[in-house]
Amino acid sequence: MTILGVLVRLAILLACSPLLLGVINKTKALAAGRKGAPLVQPYHDIAKLLRKSLTLSRTTSWVFVAGPIAGLASVIVASMVLPFGPSKAPLAFGGDMILFAYLFGLSRFFTTAAALDTGSAFEGMGASREAFFACLAEPALLLAFLALSARSSSLSLSGMLQSRPGNPDMPFVLVCVGLFIVLLAENCRIPIDDPTTHLELTMIHEAMVLDHGGPLLGLVEYASAMKLLVLESLLARLLFPFGVHGAWLDWAFLALGAVGIAAVIGLLESSMARLKMRRVPYLLTGAILLCGSAFILLAGAA
Amino acid sequence: MIEPISLVLAGALLAAASGLPGLFMRRANPWAQRIAAALMVLAGLAGIWGSARGIFGPPSTSFELPWPAVGGSLIGLDPLSAFFLIPIFLIASLSSVYGLGYWPQAEKPRTARRLQLFFGLLAGSMVLIALARHALAFLAGWETMALSAFFLVGLEDDRPECRKAGLVFLVAAHASTLALFGFFALWRSASGSFELAPLYGNLAGPAMAVLLGLGLAGFGLKAGFMPLHFWLPGAHAAAPSQASALLSGVVLKMGIYGLARMAWLLPATPAWWGGTLLALGALSGLLGVALALSQHDIKKLLAYHSVENIGIILMGMGLALLGRATGRSELFALGLAGCLLHVWNHALFKSLLFLGAGSAVHATGTRSLDALGGLARRMPWTAALFIAGAVAICGLPPLNGFVSEFLIYLGLFKGLAAGARGAALAVPVLAMIGALALACFVKAAGVAFLGEPRTPEAERAKESPASMIAPMAVLAALCAIIGLAPVLVAPALDAALSCLGAPALGSLAPMRELGIASAATLGLALVLALALARPIARARLAPTWDCGYARPDPRMQYSSSSFARSVNGIFAWAIRAPKEPRKLQGAFPAAERLEAESGDPVLDGALMHSFRGLERLSRFCHRFQRGLAQKYILYILIALMLLALASLPFGQALPFGQAGGPK
Repeated sequence: MTILGVLVRLAILLACSPLLLGVINKTKALAAGRKGAPLVQPYHDIAKLLRKSLTLSRTTSWVFVAGPIAGLASVIVASMVLPFGPSKAPLAFGGDMILFAYLFGLSRFFTTAAALDTGSAFEGMGASREAFFACLAEPALLLAFLALSARSSSLSLSGMLQSRPGNPDMPFVLVCVGLFIVLLAENCRIPIDDPTTHLELTMIHEAMVLDHGGPLLGLVEYASAMKLLVLESLLARLLFPFGVHGAWLDWAFLALGAVGIAAVIGLLESSMARLKMRRVPYLLTGAILLCGSAFILLAGAA
Repeated sequence: MIEPISLVLAGALLAAASGLPGLFMRRANPWAQRIAAALMVLAGLAGIWGSARGIFGPPSTSFELPWPAVGGSLIGLDPLSAFFLIPIFLIASLSSVYGLGYWPQAEKPRTARRLQLFFGLLAGSMVLIALARHALAFLAGWETMALSAFFLVGLEDDRPECRKAGLVFLVAAHASTLALFGFFALWRSASGSFELAPLYGNLAGPAMAVLLGLGLAGFGLKAGFMPLHFWLPGAHAAAPSQASALLSGVVLKMGIYGLARMAWLLPATPAWWGGTLLALGALSGLLGVALALSQHDIKKLLAYHSVENIGIILMGMGLALLGRATGRSELFALGLAGCLLHVWNHALFKSLLFLGAGSAVHATGTRSLDALGGLARRMPWTAALFIAGAVAICGLPPLNGFVSEFLIYLGLFKGLAAGARGAALAVPVLAMIGALALACFVKAAGVAFLGEPRTPEAERAKESPASMIAPMAVLAALCAIIGLAPVLVAPALDAALSCLGAPALGSLAPMRELGIASAATLGLALVLALALARPIARARLAPTWDCGYARPDPRMQYSSSSFARSVNGIFAWAIRAPKEPRKLQGAFPAAERLEAESGDPVLDGALMHSFRGLERLSRFCHRFQRGLAQKYILYILIALMLLALASLPFGQALPFGQAGGPK
């Protein structure tokens, strides 16, 4: 059962995650009236990058390589504490949401350290911004977990994300909006960061990986696609009634949720520009306030 | 079979005496240092063996020291003592081995013997504190610890910075002892004896509050949480690195030990006490890391980080005591386990980081982060071990810091279900502390060890000798073991928990699952690294691509101030903000300088300010005390006249006047 769960999860992560990037790009193209690249374009991109040979900077040390590796390893382990469709989490235990949050921290540590390892001012700038915004995104994420824990009186992600009958109440909506902002921040999407920008001064995540190329960049892209899928499936879990209508419908909900949220991100990216750098903290503080209010409402009512 | 406590005592005596042989040798004789290190390692082996047996042994093996003046004094070994003894012996012996390469006697003949003498005394006195079951033995250990630490802080007395740090340290240490005098005097009147044994009777509310307050001041000044931390950063930065490792990794924990022992002495502390500790811990954690982030001296940064970690430890203890007072045993167990395990973990990774920083300082001769850079290619072992310590201190998964922070988090989440909802608000604070610590250590490790060297000194750096690397490797290995197999420390935690009356962890903490997750992460990373080994070996080397910029320069790299600047912005209200540069004006602007170092809000802000007021007052009084005999005679005359005037019956002036008035 557990082995099967691990394999199912790995298969979904590896096979489906790049599709979400394709969905976002397709939505953006359609919204702009273009035809756009085919949905499977990210698969080609990643495969091409993984096949290429590697060029490394003379300045760098092993830390530069550790960045992409830690990023991929931590997102895979993080996916193990999350229920996926009808498949239960292979590694569910009391407090697993803390592991979930801190694995992203591990990935952030090595990604930012790898950026500083190149000695480039632009990458240092990206690393500094990433570390700064995480200081606000992290409390928002933990507050969201706190609110969900208060709502479900469970200490494990699997329990917190259990769907509950009845209409969504106010705190629930607040948590969902807060989590969506955290998702945008963690995945470096507009309005926090623009993944398609061409100006290094305005980049965050892209600036950090300027020097990564070939297989290393392939791993970075793959890991960020997986992170998107993992966070989207977390949010989808809250939005759809999982575990009520049988396994097949659960798979459908997962697919619908992941693709749907990706499409929403695409629409959001087509309809607005990236925020000014000094405005981003306000948005993230907003996420903290949303999740915090939800927690206070839930804890006060309980 | 030797009693565990005899082993510990033998270790303490060996440690305390480790610097003595050197006094009878020539100043530059390297054997003095080798003998000291050997004695310390021997002491460590005996002590760790004894304490490890003490943790699992019966709790009350105590015996009496003949001390006629006070009618005998007691020492004893219980699991709580033994739990705190292990880091004392471990860090002291590893640091003294490190000292062989870091502070070689042949090169530093003036200070090396003094360093070894007081280093040994410091270790021995801490053992006495942990063993004391009598107020006087405790205070004797406390004072010896304070004085020997003072001599370590001010070791390089030719540098004004060390003298100033030593002075501030001495004042704070004695303020702490003074508070403890008050504490034990009150303890004597409450319990009827100077013996330290749990007091089960009920104390009156105010008496309890005063007792707790005095304990908080006395032990808090030693533990160094906000706002009692003001002496800490200067002192730990000024001492030699192996002494900083002991000071930061272990001596601070004596304050925590004091608070834990106080919780053992007073089994019925009120709920507000736990809440106070939790709030102080959260404040200390947040501001400690914010201040650490704004430092540019690598050792000062690490020292401020101790303030943060002591805050996390205090949060655990606060949660535990809150749980104990309100009868929620799972909060008691999880909070205390997190607190105690973080004591061990912090001792391991903070010593590792101080030794690593010392290795970089040793190689380059500077503590300024902005003068380092690129050391990872020149000192690969030091860099790898420092980065391991950095991952551990950020509380990230495969290493030990995560386990203890996890236990505290879990306790806080459990508090939510158990009705302690206010305590759950510490969760986002802890999350923010974690993210800030990450920023801080990416900065420290990144600016010092990664990128290009910023100065010729950093360019010429050489790897440190094996005697310095090996102790760090041992510490890093222990960090990894606790992180990958937290199950191994659960029995020791349970023993210490039962000593304070908390239930065993058992199924409360998912130690096995944490170990699986950490091992999976590490294993997966290793597999990926193996898969990448071939392309990396074949990789083409080129300069860093700097976005088309033609002539990148090492000085253009992100420095420690530029990395931290945006984060410092959100703490501008608490940190004494660095000066902003003035706008350059005119076509040929004059030379301009920028200092981005921020001072300490408590020491430079509040304390120095109020002491300056005190100084003004004294200066005013000084006018009247000029040492002239004539003036003093005048004062005596004035005083006599005033007394004479006061004795005149002005009060009865009216009746007197009536009597002699017109008839």
